[in-house]
Amino acid sequence: MSTEPQTDIRDGYAEKYGFHDTEQHVFKSRKGLDEAIVREISQMKGEPEWMLDYRLKALEIFGKKPMPTWGGDVGAIDFQDIYYYVKPTKEEFKSWEDVPEDMKRTFDKLGIPEAEQKFLSGVGAQYDSEVVYHKIQEKLEKQGVIFLSMDHGLQQYPELVKQYFGTVIPSSDNKFAALNSSVWSGGSFIYVPKGVHVDVPLQAYFRINTKDMGQFERTLIIVDEDAYVHYVEGCTAPIYSSDSLHSAVVEIVVKKGGRCRYTTIQNWSNNVYNLVTKRAVAYANATMEWVDGNLGSKLTMKYPAIYMMEPGAHGEVLSIAFAGKGQHQDAGAKAVHCAPNTSSKIISKSISKDGGRAGYRGLVKVMKGAENCRSTVNCDALILDEHSRSDTYPYMEIEEDNVTIGHEATVSKIGDEQLFYLTARGIPEEEAAAMIVSGFIEPVVKELPMEYAVEMNRLIQLQMEGSVG
Amino acid sequence: MNGDLMVKDLHVSVEGKEILKGLSLEVKKGEVHAIMGPNGSGKSTFANTLMGHPKYEVTSGDILFKGESILEMETDERARAGLFMAFQYPVAIPGLTFGSFLRAALNARIAPSAGEDGKMPTKKGIPPKEFRDLMKKHMAALKMDEKFATRYLNDGFSGGEKKRAEILQMAILKPEIAIMDETDSGLDIDALKIVSEGVNTLSGPDLGVIVITHYNRILNYIKPHKIHVMKDGRIQATGGPELALELESRGYDWVREEVGTR
Repeated sequence: MSTEPQTDIRDGYAEKYGFHDTEQHVFKSRKGLDEAIVREISQMKGEPEWMLDYRLKALEIFGKKPMPTWGGDVGAIDFQDIYYYVKPTKEEFKSWEDVPEDMKRTFDKLGIPEAEQKFLSGVGAQYDSEVVYHKIQEKLEKQGVIFLSMDHGLQQYPELVKQYFGTVIPSSDNKFAALNSSVWSGGSFIYVPKGVHVDVPLQAYFRINTKDMGQFERTLIIVDEDAYVHYVEGCTAPIYSSDSLHSAVVEIVVKKGGRCRYTTIQNWSNNVYNLVTKRAVAYANATMEWVDGNLGSKLTMKYPAIYMMEPGAHGEVLSIAFAGKGQHQDAGAKAVHCAPNTSSKIISKSISKDGGRAGYRGLVKVMKGAENCRSTVNCDALILDEHSRSDTYPYMEIEEDNVTIGHEATVSKIGDEQLFYLTARGIPEEEAAAMIVSGFIEPVVKELPMEYAVEMNRLIQLQMEGSVG
Repeated sequence: MNGDLMVKDLHVSVEGKEILKGLSLEVKKGEVHAIMGPNGSGKSTFANTLMGHPKYEVTSGDILFKGESILEMETDERARAGLFMAFQYPVAIPGLTFGSFLRAALNARIAPSAGEDGKMPTKKGIPPKEFRDLMKKHMAALKMDEKFATRYLNDGFSGGEKKRAEILQMAILKPEIAIMDETDSGLDIDALKIVSEGVNTLSGPDLGVIVITHYNRILNYIKPHKIHVMKDGRIQATGGPELALELESRGYDWVREEVGTR
């Protein structure tokens, strides 16, 4: 195999996603974080008093919480060198025609309006701190489905938001959850009424444009009894020489018999810290599924969690993490069995390459009394060269005897014999390696809607470019 | 007269140890050759060297294919040029379906200019429907279930299924010279029949075949034009089908004693 110097695996990113528009916000806070900034954000949004209080309390917690000392290296983040609020437009639009030209062109390039036409039933598009476009199909609106930006959700359904906001992930959960709780802006608010099935996915797209900024979207999804929704999020950012911060909080409540699937295709540029807290609570016979694809960012720390609160609840986390040069994907999952007869399944596939580091960090917890729980964890790592690294940290806290817990972990390299077999059929080596990698992640990719599966394979292809063996 | 495949005094080392010590061979399209020999004589080494496996180092000699040396060509280039190796133990690639793999291979084969920059051809290749029809036709001939196309490549395939899969690839990729590494398949009579039927069906004026085997049982099903006896890294004797009978009754030891080193 060739030992030629390898090019940056994310070369293709620059052209397709790494561009940026000339800044043309209507408001930009000064750099740094303090009480005045938090008050300014809340005031500009015209929020109710309780939300301002919530933010200020969270700010206090943020100040007190230490930085995490595990996972990835977050020591280089300078919280005073970040713009916390950049408002791109005066308002949020319901028609792409009204979205300012630059921003519209950006989303066109990213294929969002096209996807909306073809296979989505609602779209939200966030640009820096605010959602600039939001729309849901009328048919769903008539069925009582709410799909709004979090800000509009708070304005239009203050009671519903107040009832759930911060109940799944309290501000005190961790330092970055506290940060998000104090400066959150944008994100999605979804409510699916009893028995309503949203058959076609809703999608939100998050785009950072401004240099040195932090994006802190906040998402709350409530799936009522026997209802179903599939929510998809995507994200990209320009390539800047300095780092950006993305720190989201996503809270999900799935009520009795409901089902929620949350799919992420995370493709931030390599200068973004992606520190996200995602958690769902699932009640009786409810199902929560996280499908999590992590391809971009400088550092990702993200462990989508499911708390199974009542008997029959089921949780799944299917994740892919791809770490190339200069990237660290500390991804994983948490399944917490709080009730008997609950089940969970975790499949994690991580790939590291060109010195990248990818891994699985996960927790399966069974509370005392949660009998007859079943949980299976499969984490497979594929290491593409000797410079790269894979870590597996599977934590188990089992406080009940009568449970079935399975755990399997594999670490492999692309076999020379696999490459030889494919090249012996005329397939060029680079293509062959990409095919092997695609095969490796296929158990997760096949769970994606077709369009996203195609996109995921294309992104993997892009990642593999310029890599000979 | 030059053959389509000319192997000239080939010396090959694996991890510093010389395995092939001056192998010469000439194969023309339309011919079927059998290379027989005891374990460790270098038969599989020859097959892997022909396909350019990186572990095998050619220290001297040459391999000419259609008149040109292929020693500087990568494995994929050799395959696209028309060389094919049927693997004795095809490796599994989980998650990659047999159908999509074979289509990629065919697209590479029919666009031989591809790969110069290490990339796949930009042209679309065979349309999916046309490919499916082609595959169905060949699968029917090999008595393979259509569902086979959606299974992962060699993953959980039985011994017989692996053989059929190799023959199917050979049928669709239409190589000019195929080398079939069947060193141990004499052990499994079904596998042997599948390979033999494949060779008999596919051989013709456009294909030259080299069958490598340890057991001469395969010769009950295939009638090679030439039989080569290999020992100690070289061809020690070459003859017609009668040579196989001789091997049958007398084993391999007589070869060196009577024929000697050339």
